[in-house]
Amino acid sequence: MLEIAYFSWVRERMGVAGETVEVPADVADVAALLAWLSARDERGALAFAEPHRIRAAIDGAMMGPDAPLSGAREVALFPPVTGG
Amino acid sequence: MIRVLVQPAAIDVTAEFDLHDAGGHGASASFIGRVRGDDGLTELFLEHHPAMTEAGLAALAHAAADRWKLSALTLIHRVGAMAPGDTIVLVLASSAHRAEALAACEFLIDRLKTDVMLWKRESFADGRVAWVEEREGDQRRAERWG
Repeated sequence: MLEIAYFSWVRERMGVAGETVEVPADVADVAALLAWLSARDERGALAFAEPHRIRAAIDGAMMGPDAPLSGAREVALFPPVTGG
Repeated sequence: MIRVLVQPAAIDVTAEFDLHDAGGHGASASFIGRVRGDDGLTELFLEHHPAMTEAGLAALAHAAADRWKLSALTLIHRVGAMAPGDTIVLVLASSAHRAEALAACEFLIDRLKTDVMLWKRESFADGRVAWVEEREGDQRRAERWG
């Protein structure tokens, strides 16, 4: 099971701040997770239509699209950060 | 002394300067970011990750302390709803001499903008609400630090 947390307009489009999901075994990295969420339902399609606009953090560390999900506890998905 | 905070309460800049200065430092540099009331902005909301935002700030603070010889470092980011004029972020860096304090202060605010889990949402007087887009210039400034 994988915890997914959503932030900013990704959270708004998903309609939830997070969820616990059972991802198929062939969903091995961040890019595959985005594709899977996008294909899963309409809100996922809306949130992840442009995967290049999505950033990810695995257990708090910023990761690229090819980062593996194996061993991950929480994956956070969000647009580029805008603090400061 | 490293002081890192993520807080919904207003940042008491004067109190933080006093706390940072306790003991005295040869050189101190500061950066204060405030909410601008441009285009009829009525509220700026900062969304954050309950655990990872503070962890990200702490990681940056320790990276600065590893890179420069600092005698004190304060890094405070406000979250939640803010009004024009409110302080969003406070960076204080102190060292024996100016070069290290100034460099650490600039490093922290540059990298904070691209590396820490924070998202700005703007609300305007005409009812418009919009998430702030990333700025290409911010990315370039952050990348200068390697």
